[in-house]
Amino acid sequence: MSGHDHGDDGVSRRKVLECMTWAGTGVLWTITGGVPRSLGIIDSAEAATAAAPGMTFLQISDSHVGFDKPANPNALGTLEEAVNKINAMPAKPSFMIHTGDITHLSKASEFDNADRIISQSKLDVHYVPGEHDFLDEEVKFYRDRYGRGTKGAGWYSFDAGGVHFVGLVNVVDLKAGGLGNLGTEQLAWLEDDLRGKSKSTPIVLFAHIPLWTVYPEWGWGTDDGGRALEFVKGFGSVTVLNGHIHQVMQKVEGNVTFHTARSTAFPQPAPGAAPSPGPMKVEDAKLRSMLGVASINFKQNEQRLAIIDTPLQG
Amino acid sequence: MKTLNRRDFSVAVAAAILLPVTTARADDTNMEVHIDNFVFQPAELKIKVGTTVTWTNRDDIPHTVVSAGKFRSKALDTDDKFSFTFTEAGDYKYFCSLHPHMTGMIKVE
Ligand SMILES: [Cu+2]
Repeated sequence: MSGHDHGDDGVSRRKVLECMTWAGTGVLWTITGGVPRSLGIIDSAEAATAAAPGMTFLQISDSHVGFDKPANPNALGTLEEAVNKINAMPAKPSFMIHTGDITHLSKASEFDNADRIISQSKLDVHYVPGEHDFLDEEVKFYRDRYGRGTKGAGWYSFDAGGVHFVGLVNVVDLKAGGLGNLGTEQLAWLEDDLRGKSKSTPIVLFAHIPLWTVYPEWGWGTDDGGRALEFVKGFGSVTVLNGHIHQVMQKVEGNVTFHTARSTAFPQPAPGAAPSPGPMKVEDAKLRSMLGVASINFKQNEQRLAIIDTPLQG
Repeated sequence: MKTLNRRDFSVAVAAAILLPVTTARADDTNMEVHIDNFVFQPAELKIKVGTTVTWTNRDDIPHTVVSAGKFRSKALDTDDKFSFTFTEAGDYKYFCSLHPHMTGMIKVE
């Protein structure tokens, strides 16, 4: 089990704290007075108890429904396992966000299957698209299902439990040689959306591709993600969630916590650990420990935020 | 890269006449690029005007082949192919619109 505690290293509020963690079971995060603190690796039962009070929402990502290659011949089956896990949680989350790659090839049947399984959670789901959801020529399937009430290619914001949530799209108009892309129109909208918000409002940004530079050699980052992050600089608590890289990774920088979710479909290698970011074939017995969901807890008034990753199987 | 000289080519043509379904394709008017591990191979290809280039995706992840204003494939699933015939000289930079760090170049003389 990897991971390290960075709560007691005497870091001042102003000093930039940077840390990445690959976690196996779950990592509980709290933010107190703008200072993030990892409580370390915990087991999912403890996590469920710790997360009980306050507002809890769930993140699910990279379902890749339709994927049937050796890394996981039954991506729909593991999505269903994830939904069963969600249904078995002791405290029902308020809602769910899906950070993209719902499907593998943007086929109508894949969207149908994903919807059939995900709807069994009986939770409201807020989606952002991954590049795999935009493969049909007119990007009609994603838009028709999930685009209602969104702007541009599908971005939007909403408020829940005193937290301001912003769903961003960084998988369109990608430029040769570049990374993910938000574009000027979306950035202008974001700046406007955040204008006038109290700096004590907790902000959650979510998008498919990481907004921070994880590993540019594999395209794991967003060219203009830094501009989006500038708009949230003054806020006391900012959480940035994404999928795309199919593994848990965290970074804390000032008041911003970055966190990536596991896929429910197949694992991808750690940066640079393989010739490409393609699907990683692991022993069958190990697969379910590398897939899963994340639940995020926010306790009002206490400025505490906790992220708990739960694999399909310990 | 398989290339046949002129003599082999005429043999291949003769074979093709006898067996129309055989693979008498690898002459210098047909070139291939493979996608393996998120990389176009070869990354750069020098060809003559009139050559058809065929891209084959050998990854478990879909890719595209896009050259702004020149050609654009659909999303290529595993083992899917896309072909384009180059009728004008020039340098054609292209990339995968899903994974833009994947880039390639076709130089047409
Ligand atoms: Cu993905």
